[in-house]
Amino acid sequence: MKSAVIVFPASNRDRDTAEVLEKVIGKKPHMVWHADSEMPNVDLIVIPGGFSYGDYLRCGAMAAQSHIMRDVIAKANKGVAVLGICNGFQILTESRLLPGALMRNAGLKFVSKPVPVEVEETQSMFTRRYKKKQRVVYPVAHGEGNYFADEDTLDRLEGEGRVVFRYAGGENPNGSARDIAGVLNEKRNVMGLMPHPECACDPLLGPPDGLGLFEGLVEALS
Amino acid sequence: MKARVFVTLKNGVLDPQGKAIGHALNNLGFEAVGEVRQGKLIDIELADKDESRARTSLKEMCEKLLANTVIEKYEIELKP
Repeated sequence: MKSAVIVFPASNRDRDTAEVLEKVIGKKPHMVWHADSEMPNVDLIVIPGGFSYGDYLRCGAMAAQSHIMRDVIAKANKGVAVLGICNGFQILTESRLLPGALMRNAGLKFVSKPVPVEVEETQSMFTRRYKKKQRVVYPVAHGEGNYFADEDTLDRLEGEGRVVFRYAGGENPNGSARDIAGVLNEKRNVMGLMPHPECACDPLLGPPDGLGLFEGLVEALS
Repeated sequence: MKARVFVTLKNGVLDPQGKAIGHALNNLGFEAVGEVRQGKLIDIELADKDESRARTSLKEMCEKLLANTVIEKYEIELKP
Protein backbone atom coordinates (compact mmCIF):
# COMPACT_ATOMS: atom_id res chain seq x y z
CA MET A 1 0.00 0.00 0.00
CA LYS A 2 1.28 3.46 -0.92
CA SER A 3 0.26 6.71 0.73
CA ALA A 4 0.85 10.44 0.42
CA VAL A 5 0.51 13.44 2.70
CA ILE A 6 -0.05 16.85 1.13
CA VAL A 7 2.03 19.65 2.65
CA PHE A 8 0.78 23.23 2.41
CA PRO A 9 2.48 26.32 3.79
CA ALA A 10 1.46 26.21 7.50
CA SER A 11 0.36 22.59 7.57
CA ASN A 12 1.39 21.47 11.05
CA ARG A 13 0.11 17.92 11.55
CA ASP A 14 1.75 16.59 8.41
CA ARG A 15 4.59 14.93 10.30
CA ASP A 16 2.31 13.41 12.96
CA THR A 17 0.30 11.91 10.10
CA ALA A 18 3.43 10.69 8.29
CA GLU A 19 4.67 9.01 11.45
CA VAL A 20 1.43 7.09 11.96
CA LEU A 21 1.27 6.07 8.30
CA GLU A 22 4.81 4.76 8.45
CA LYS A 23 4.02 2.85 11.62
CA VAL A 24 0.93 1.09 10.24
CA ILE A 25 2.01 0.65 6.62
CA GLY A 26 5.70 -0.02 7.23
CA LYS A 27 6.65 2.46 4.50
CA LYS A 28 7.13 6.21 4.58
CA PRO A 29 4.40 8.17 2.80
CA HIS A 30 5.24 10.53 -0.07
CA MET A 31 5.28 14.08 1.23
CA VAL A 32 3.76 16.10 -1.62
CA TRP A 33 4.28 19.87 -1.77
CA HIS A 34 1.18 21.95 -2.59
CA ALA A 35 2.79 23.60 -5.64
CA ASP A 36 3.42 20.26 -7.35
CA SER A 37 0.91 19.60 -10.07
CA GLU A 38 0.80 15.83 -10.06
CA MET A 39 0.18 13.30 -7.31
CA PRO A 40 2.32 10.17 -7.21
CA ASN A 41 0.40 6.98 -7.77
CA VAL A 42 -0.92 6.11 -4.30
CA ASP A 43 -3.81 4.28 -2.64
CA LEU A 44 -4.39 6.85 0.09
CA ILE A 45 -4.05 10.63 0.14
CA VAL A 46 -4.13 12.42 3.50
CA ILE A 47 -4.73 16.15 3.76
CA PRO A 48 -3.38 17.01 7.21
CA GLY A 49 -4.29 19.55 9.85
CA GLY A 50 -2.80 22.99 10.21
CA PHE A 51 -3.55 26.52 9.06
CA SER A 52 -2.83 26.34 5.34
CA TYR A 53 -2.14 29.77 3.85
CA GLY A 54 -2.68 31.31 7.28
CA ASP A 55 -6.44 30.66 7.06
CA TYR A 56 -6.65 33.70 4.75
CA LEU A 57 -10.12 34.49 3.36
CA ARG A 58 -11.67 31.30 4.86
CA CYS A 59 -10.04 28.21 6.35
CA GLY A 60 -9.09 25.95 3.46
CA ALA A 61 -10.24 28.37 0.75
CA MET A 62 -6.80 29.13 -0.68
CA ALA A 63 -5.56 25.55 -0.35
CA ALA A 64 -8.62 24.31 -2.25
CA GLN A 65 -7.40 26.35 -5.24
CA SER A 66 -3.79 25.09 -5.09
CA HIS A 67 -2.17 23.23 -7.98
CA ILE A 68 -2.05 19.90 -6.24
CA MET A 69 -5.74 19.96 -5.29
CA ARG A 70 -6.75 19.77 -8.96
CA ASP A 71 -5.09 16.38 -9.17
CA VAL A 72 -6.37 15.32 -5.74
CA ILE A 73 -9.92 16.08 -6.91
CA ALA A 74 -9.35 14.13 -10.14
CA LYS A 75 -7.94 11.17 -8.18
CA ALA A 76 -10.78 11.30 -5.65
CA ASN A 77 -13.31 11.23 -8.47
CA LYS A 78 -11.57 8.12 -9.78
CA GLY A 79 -12.03 6.42 -6.42
CA VAL A 80 -8.68 6.94 -4.64
CA ALA A 81 -9.14 7.13 -0.85
CA VAL A 82 -8.81 10.65 0.54
CA LEU A 83 -8.77 11.49 4.24
CA GLY A 84 -8.96 15.10 5.43
CA ILE A 85 -8.23 15.84 9.05
CA CYS A 86 -9.17 19.19 10.64
CA ASN A 87 -7.81 21.76 8.15
CA GLY A 88 -7.89 18.87 5.68
CA PHE A 89 -11.65 18.56 6.29
CA GLN A 90 -12.04 22.31 5.70
CA ILE A 91 -10.07 21.99 2.45
CA LEU A 92 -12.27 19.09 1.30
CA THR A 93 -15.48 21.08 1.88
CA GLU A 94 -13.98 24.14 0.16
CA SER A 95 -13.05 21.86 -2.78
CA ARG A 96 -16.64 20.57 -2.79
CA LEU A 97 -15.42 17.00 -2.45
CA LEU A 98 -17.50 16.94 0.73
CA PRO A 99 -20.81 18.71 1.37
CA GLY A 100 -21.33 21.49 3.91
CA ALA A 101 -18.97 24.03 5.41
CA LEU A 102 -16.99 24.53 8.61
CA MET A 103 -17.76 27.78 10.36
CA ARG A 104 -16.43 29.67 13.37
CA ASN A 105 -16.97 27.69 16.60
CA ALA A 106 -20.28 28.66 18.16
CA GLY A 107 -18.48 29.61 21.40
CA LEU A 108 -16.03 31.78 19.39
CA LYS A 109 -13.07 30.20 21.19
CA PHE A 110 -10.33 28.00 19.82
CA VAL A 111 -10.92 24.59 21.43
CA SER A 112 -7.97 22.29 22.11
CA LYS A 113 -8.75 19.20 24.20
CA PRO A 114 -9.53 15.50 23.97
CA VAL A 115 -13.20 14.89 23.21
CA PRO A 116 -15.35 11.76 23.24
CA VAL A 117 -16.49 10.83 19.75
CA GLU A 118 -18.89 8.09 18.70
CA VAL A 119 -18.33 5.97 15.62
CA GLU A 120 -21.66 6.29 13.89
CA GLU A 121 -20.96 4.37 10.71
CA THR A 122 -18.71 1.33 10.31
CA GLN A 123 -19.54 0.56 6.67
CA SER A 124 -16.55 2.49 5.40
CA MET A 125 -12.90 1.76 4.80
CA PHE A 126 -12.10 4.43 7.37
CA THR A 127 -14.05 2.92 10.24
CA ARG A 128 -14.28 -0.80 9.49
CA ARG A 129 -12.10 -1.64 12.50
CA TYR A 130 -14.48 0.03 14.93
CA LYS A 131 -17.79 -1.20 16.32
CA LYS A 132 -20.97 0.74 15.67
CA LYS A 133 -21.53 3.32 18.43
CA GLN A 134 -18.03 2.63 19.79
CA ARG A 135 -16.88 5.58 21.82
CA VAL A 136 -13.32 6.78 21.23
CA VAL A 137 -11.39 9.81 22.43
CA TYR A 138 -9.66 11.97 19.84
CA PRO A 139 -8.13 15.40 20.48
CA VAL A 140 -9.61 18.44 18.75
CA ALA A 141 -7.70 21.66 18.09
CA HIS A 142 -9.60 24.16 16.00
CA GLY A 143 -11.33 27.52 15.94
CA GLU A 144 -13.53 26.80 12.95
CA GLY A 145 -15.01 23.34 13.23
CA ASN A 146 -18.68 24.19 13.41
CA TYR A 147 -20.16 21.90 10.73
CA PHE A 148 -22.97 23.45 8.77
CA ALA A 149 -25.14 22.17 5.95
CA ASP A 150 -28.76 22.87 5.05
CA GLU A 151 -31.40 20.60 6.57
CA ASP A 152 -31.97 18.64 3.35
CA THR A 153 -28.26 17.87 3.04
CA LEU A 154 -28.09 16.82 6.70
CA ASP A 155 -31.10 14.52 6.26
CA ARG A 156 -29.53 13.00 3.16
CA LEU A 157 -26.19 12.45 4.92
CA GLU A 158 -27.94 10.71 7.81
CA GLY A 159 -30.17 8.66 5.50
CA GLU A 160 -27.24 7.44 3.42
CA GLY A 161 -25.08 6.52 6.42
CA ARG A 162 -22.57 9.23 5.64
CA VAL A 163 -22.32 10.74 9.12
CA VAL A 164 -19.27 8.78 10.29
CA PHE A 165 -18.37 10.41 13.60
CA ARG A 166 -20.45 12.33 16.10
CA TYR A 167 -19.39 14.23 19.22
CA ALA A 168 -20.64 12.19 22.17
CA GLY A 169 -21.54 12.54 25.81
CA GLY A 170 -23.18 15.93 25.34
CA GLU A 171 -19.79 17.44 24.49
CA ASN A 172 -20.19 19.27 21.23
CA PRO A 173 -17.07 21.46 21.23
CA ASN A 174 -18.01 23.77 18.37
CA GLY A 175 -21.77 23.85 17.80
CA SER A 176 -21.72 21.48 14.80
CA ALA A 177 -25.13 20.66 13.35
CA ARG A 178 -26.44 17.37 14.77
CA ASP A 179 -23.11 16.91 16.65
CA ILE A 180 -21.45 15.90 13.38
CA ALA A 181 -17.67 15.41 13.64
CA GLY A 182 -16.98 13.61 10.35
CA VAL A 183 -18.70 12.86 7.03
CA LEU A 184 -18.22 10.75 3.91
CA ASN A 185 -18.76 11.63 0.26
CA GLU A 186 -21.36 9.82 -1.80
CA LYS A 187 -18.90 7.24 -3.17
CA ARG A 188 -17.56 6.69 0.36
CA ASN A 189 -13.92 7.08 -0.65
CA VAL A 190 -13.49 10.59 0.77
CA MET A 191 -13.84 11.34 4.48
CA GLY A 192 -13.27 14.48 6.50
CA LEU A 193 -13.29 14.91 10.26
CA MET A 194 -12.38 17.70 12.66
CA PRO A 195 -10.88 15.60 15.51
CA HIS A 196 -7.32 14.27 15.17
CA PRO A 197 -7.11 10.45 15.14
CA GLU A 198 -3.42 10.75 14.13
CA CYS A 199 -2.72 12.41 17.49
CA ALA A 200 -4.28 9.48 19.37
CA CYS A 201 -1.98 6.74 18.11
CA ASP A 202 0.89 6.70 20.58
CA PRO A 203 0.16 5.06 23.98
CA LEU A 204 2.59 7.55 25.55
CA LEU A 205 0.06 10.29 24.86
CA GLY A 206 -3.06 8.46 26.03
CA PRO A 207 -5.29 5.67 24.75
CA PRO A 208 -4.33 4.98 21.09
CA ASP A 209 -7.95 5.18 19.92
CA GLY A 210 -7.01 6.62 16.52
CA LEU A 211 -4.94 3.63 15.40
CA GLY A 212 -8.05 1.68 14.36
CA LEU A 213 -8.79 4.22 11.64
CA PHE A 214 -5.38 3.86 10.02
CA GLU A 215 -5.21 0.10 10.53
CA GLY A 216 -8.62 -0.24 8.89
CA LEU A 217 -7.37 1.73 5.90
CA VAL A 218 -4.32 -0.50 5.58
CA GLU A 219 -6.55 -3.56 5.75
CA ALA A 220 -8.92 -2.16 3.09
CA LEU A 221 -6.30 -0.81 0.72
CA SER A 222 -3.48 -3.38 0.87
CA MET B 1 -12.33 50.12 -12.96
CA LYS B 2 -12.76 49.48 -9.28
CA ALA B 3 -15.01 46.92 -7.72
CA ARG B 4 -16.18 46.40 -4.19
CA VAL B 5 -17.41 42.96 -3.18
CA PHE B 6 -19.44 42.39 -0.03
CA VAL B 7 -19.50 38.85 1.32
CA THR B 8 -21.99 38.13 4.09
CA LEU B 9 -23.49 35.07 5.70
CA LYS B 10 -26.77 33.89 4.22
CA ASN B 11 -29.91 34.58 6.17
CA GLY B 12 -30.52 31.83 8.68
CA VAL B 13 -26.82 30.96 9.04
CA LEU B 14 -25.78 31.55 12.63
CA ASP B 15 -23.23 34.34 13.02
CA PRO B 16 -21.61 33.99 16.45
CA GLN B 17 -19.20 36.87 15.76
CA GLY B 18 -22.07 39.19 14.86
CA LYS B 19 -23.82 38.14 18.05
CA ALA B 20 -20.75 38.88 20.17
CA ILE B 21 -20.41 42.31 18.54
CA GLY B 22 -24.10 43.00 19.27
CA HIS B 23 -23.66 42.05 22.93
CA ALA B 24 -20.60 44.27 23.20
CA LEU B 25 -22.50 47.21 21.72
CA ASN B 26 -25.37 46.62 24.17
CA ASN B 27 -22.84 46.55 27.03
CA LEU B 28 -21.42 49.88 25.84
CA GLY B 29 -24.85 51.37 26.37
CA PHE B 30 -26.14 51.24 22.80
CA GLU B 31 -29.43 49.79 23.90
CA ALA B 32 -31.14 50.29 20.55
CA VAL B 33 -28.84 47.73 18.90
CA GLY B 34 -30.71 44.63 17.77
CA GLU B 35 -29.31 41.87 15.60
CA VAL B 36 -25.78 42.40 14.24
CA ARG B 37 -24.38 40.46 11.28
CA GLN B 38 -20.80 40.88 10.13
CA GLY B 39 -19.14 40.15 6.81
CA LYS B 40 -16.22 40.95 4.56
CA LEU B 41 -15.51 43.77 2.14
CA ILE B 42 -13.04 43.16 -0.67
CA ASP B 43 -11.79 45.96 -2.96
CA ILE B 44 -10.56 44.88 -6.37
CA GLU B 45 -8.88 46.90 -9.12
CA LEU B 46 -9.72 45.66 -12.58
CA ALA B 47 -7.99 46.34 -15.90
CA ASP B 48 -11.32 45.65 -17.60
CA LYS B 49 -13.11 48.73 -18.96
CA ASP B 50 -16.30 47.06 -20.07
CA GLU B 51 -18.82 47.03 -17.25
CA SER B 52 -20.79 43.94 -18.18
CA ARG B 53 -17.63 41.94 -18.80
CA ALA B 54 -16.24 43.07 -15.45
CA ARG B 55 -19.46 42.08 -13.73
CA THR B 56 -19.39 38.61 -15.30
CA SER B 57 -15.81 38.01 -14.27
CA LEU B 58 -16.43 39.33 -10.72
CA LYS B 59 -19.38 36.98 -10.39
CA GLU B 60 -17.11 34.11 -11.38
CA MET B 61 -14.51 35.25 -8.81
CA CYS B 62 -17.18 35.22 -6.11
CA GLU B 63 -18.46 31.77 -7.05
CA LYS B 64 -14.99 30.27 -7.33
CA LEU B 65 -13.14 31.85 -4.43
CA LEU B 66 -14.36 35.00 -2.70
CA ALA B 67 -17.54 33.50 -1.23
CA ASN B 68 -18.38 30.01 -0.05
CA THR B 69 -21.89 29.85 -1.44
CA VAL B 70 -22.83 27.05 0.96
CA ILE B 71 -22.95 29.64 3.74
CA GLU B 72 -22.32 33.03 2.16
CA LYS B 73 -23.92 35.43 -0.31
CA TYR B 74 -22.23 38.26 -2.17
CA GLU B 75 -22.96 41.66 -3.67
CA ILE B 76 -20.88 43.40 -6.31
CA GLU B 77 -20.53 47.17 -6.59
CA LEU B 78 -18.74 48.71 -9.59
CA LYS B 79 -17.12 52.14 -9.66
CA PRO B 80 -15.82 53.43 -12.99
